[in-house]
Amino acid sequence: MGLARAIQPLPLPPLADSRPKPTATASSLFLGSTRTLRPSNTFARTHTRTRSISSAQRRSAVAANVSDVKLKPATNLLLTKEEALEVYEDMILGRVFEDMCAQMYYRGKMFGFVHLYNGQEAVSSGFIKLLKKEDSVVSTYRDHVHALSKGVPARAVMSELFGKTTGCCRGQGGSMHMFSSEYNVLGGFAFIGEGIPVATGAAFTSKYKREVLKEADCDHVTLAFFGDGTANNGQFFECLNMAALWKLPIIFVVENNLWAIGMSHLRATSDPEIWKKGPAFGMPGVHVDGMDVLKVREVAQEAIGRARRGEGPTLVECETYRFRGHSLADPDELRDPGDEKARYAARDPITQFKKHLIESKLANEAELKAIEKKIEEVVEEAVEFADASPAPSRSQLLENVFADPRGFGIGPDGRYRCEDPKFTEGTAQV
Amino acid sequence: MLGILRQKVGGATGLSSQGLGNHMLRLRPVTSALRNYSSATKEMTVRDALNSALDEEMAADPNVFVMGEEVGEYQGAYKITKGLLDKYGPERVVDTPITEAGFAGIGVGAAYHGLRPVIEFMTFNFSMQAIDHIINSAAKSNYMSAGKINVPIVFRGPNGPAAGVGAQHSQCYGGWYGSVPGLKVLVPYSSEDARGLLKSAIRDPDPVVFLENELLYGESFPVSAEVLDSSFCLPIGKAKIEREGKDVTITAFSKMVGYALKAAEILEKEGINAEVINLRSIRPLDRATINASVRKTNRLVTVEEGFPQHGIGAEICASVVEDSFGYLDAPVERIAGADVPTPYAANLERMAFPQIEDIVRAAKRVCYRSAPISATAS
Ligand SMILES: Cc1ncc(C[n+]2csc(CCOP(=O)(O)OP(=O)(O)O)c2C)c(N)n1
Ligand SMILES: [Mg+2]
Repeated sequence: MGLARAIQPLPLPPLADSRPKPTATASSLFLGSTRTLRPSNTFARTHTRTRSISSAQRRSAVAANVSDVKLKPATNLLLTKEEALEVYEDMILGRVFEDMCAQMYYRGKMFGFVHLYNGQEAVSSGFIKLLKKEDSVVSTYRDHVHALSKGVPARAVMSELFGKTTGCCRGQGGSMHMFSSEYNVLGGFAFIGEGIPVATGAAFTSKYKREVLKEADCDHVTLAFFGDGTANNGQFFECLNMAALWKLPIIFVVENNLWAIGMSHLRATSDPEIWKKGPAFGMPGVHVDGMDVLKVREVAQEAIGRARRGEGPTLVECETYRFRGHSLADPDELRDPGDEKARYAARDPITQFKKHLIESKLANEAELKAIEKKIEEVVEEAVEFADASPAPSRSQLLENVFADPRGFGIGPDGRYRCEDPKFTEGTAQV
Repeated sequence: MLGILRQKVGGATGLSSQGLGNHMLRLRPVTSALRNYSSATKEMTVRDALNSALDEEMAADPNVFVMGEEVGEYQGAYKITKGLLDKYGPERVVDTPITEAGFAGIGVGAAYHGLRPVIEFMTFNFSMQAIDHIINSAAKSNYMSAGKINVPIVFRGPNGPAAGVGAQHSQCYGGWYGSVPGLKVLVPYSSEDARGLLKSAIRDPDPVVFLENELLYGESFPVSAEVLDSSFCLPIGKAKIEREGKDVTITAFSKMVGYALKAAEILEKEGINAEVINLRSIRPLDRATINASVRKTNRLVTVEEGFPQHGIGAEICASVVEDSFGYLDAPVERIAGADVPTPYAANLERMAFPQIEDIVRAAKRVCYRSAPISATAS
């Protein structure tokens, strides 16, 4: 099974074999950083000891733990050429966009906390490109690329990051709070775990529409994306329970990049195999190589299909890696550059997928080059657009606090007080 | 093409080695008014003041421990706990998973049994996920147990608007915690405040919410030998008059003290002599110092970055109306953050929070040096 040790009972049929074979070391370890964990304190030491079970033992533990809820084997695992190119383009867009964000941040065009997605593209593209427009995505502060994959135009995301009125949230949200009602991106939640119940609520709505409002064709699914660190937060467990209890059409997608800022996953959790929490709550749990977009897509297809058919939630743990610091303000001193970073860099999801596309003759160099060129232009254009766009007018300050703002910030003439040019003179109280 | 992409990554990564330190430099606020003081005294940053206070209290009392996210190996998200892991080990500088409700509650349970936990919130925004334990478990236990179980715990971390981080990461919790019976709420401004108040908070037998400010961490302030002494503590519930004046009283806390001092300098040039009160503690609130000052100046401007409604300014106004109504020569001016979630766009963000000019204008208005309140009042 190689890296996509999909742990659910279901043996995922092998994908095209032409992809690069995983290295022996990588395939035998659950978490790439296990060996580099420094047992530098007593707590960590104990944890390391309990964790040092052999991979054979671990596999048997796995076999004993799987739930009896099974994922149906996917029917067609092969990508069409169009699908392959769409996924490739999306991954390139994610990468180029984020690199551009870094440049713009250092040039002072965007500010605050900016968390980039480099290295994790296979997860966003592998999942979101399978969704319909009506399906929902709920993300975290690391949300630019989820929004892009879901279809929010690059210029609208870039402009938001520049704090301009043409941004997808008119400059009011910013990097950590991407929303798009049109594309059903439901946020942009900057606090750990808080997006998960909101996503579960979106899934609840689909079920409610179907069962109570008799909208028989409502088969919308919701994806909740979040990190390994977040999988230690109570809201995650509460929602696993409710989603399974009520068979909600949601997929919990854990992007396990092995670190939560400077906290190693292995120091933060009693059992690092997050996927196991699925079976514990009565839903399938799957572990997949999050650096391999084909494997991610295969698992995603099954999980999304299950949700659409009303068969309930799935927990998917994607093992991935971020190629940059936690945010652009993070000195990133704790992750081992020699071993860990280099090992994951060698498994860059974009490089791997490109190699696969060419080797399997799904695409040729020229076609991929053309996509890369197109995306460079898209991103350049997004920057020009954002730069040329106007900053919000002062009257925007009081808008959008309420759907019905009567009683708040409205003067006796029915107009927003902030339209008065002197409204902050002397006091910011408006 | 990917080669080119990678080059870009490389270029940007090189820059990223600027790291957190420079990031904070970029965010540097207006410089402190105290800068002009004599250079004979030692200078210390607020960060070092907090760090040294923690260090000394941990050295003095083995019951004191620090718990929170990234406090150990990462040396603190804002480096307040730098060096403590090496010195006191992972049993006393405890890195937690991201579970505020969990570790705040664990802190309370530990305090029940005589330990003195210092719980760090990476920022106070995240305390919202732990507020049940701060209010229900920490603040009410002494009362519910009829005084038999006290809770000597400190909840600390950066509070208040930061720069460019949008609605969820940028707000002041002074008014929230300031309204809870059973909590003491401290709001240091200078390095002296930070050291003296944190040491008092750790030694205090009750739960203390200790609201720092990220944008002040890198600020340097003069500190005397007395402040540097390991026995130095400041009384909880006592405000400090940072600048004496006779024409108008300006109350402020945390970062706004610096703004108020700057405003006072500007006002001085225009012939208005402002008295600036650094509240230091918003619960208990030093009503005596505030009222004595208002009885002297007969005019009051309150400044805070929190939301205006039910805020610190409102409480101060009430105390002045109750105790010194007859002394007021002008309506009180209350300066606060705008009644909106914090916007991301830089120009809107600036408008949403008090600026030095706002304080100057308000002070002039209460002194009748300019047209009275404009459209706002209509
Ligand atoms: C409630 C809460 N506590 C703390 C934080 C600060 N914080 C932001 S990101 C982060 C680490 C999250 O790690 P993980 O869930 O693994 O996601 P990743 O950043 O790796 O994508 C922390 C602690 C927060 N945003 N919210
Ligand atoms: Mg992570």
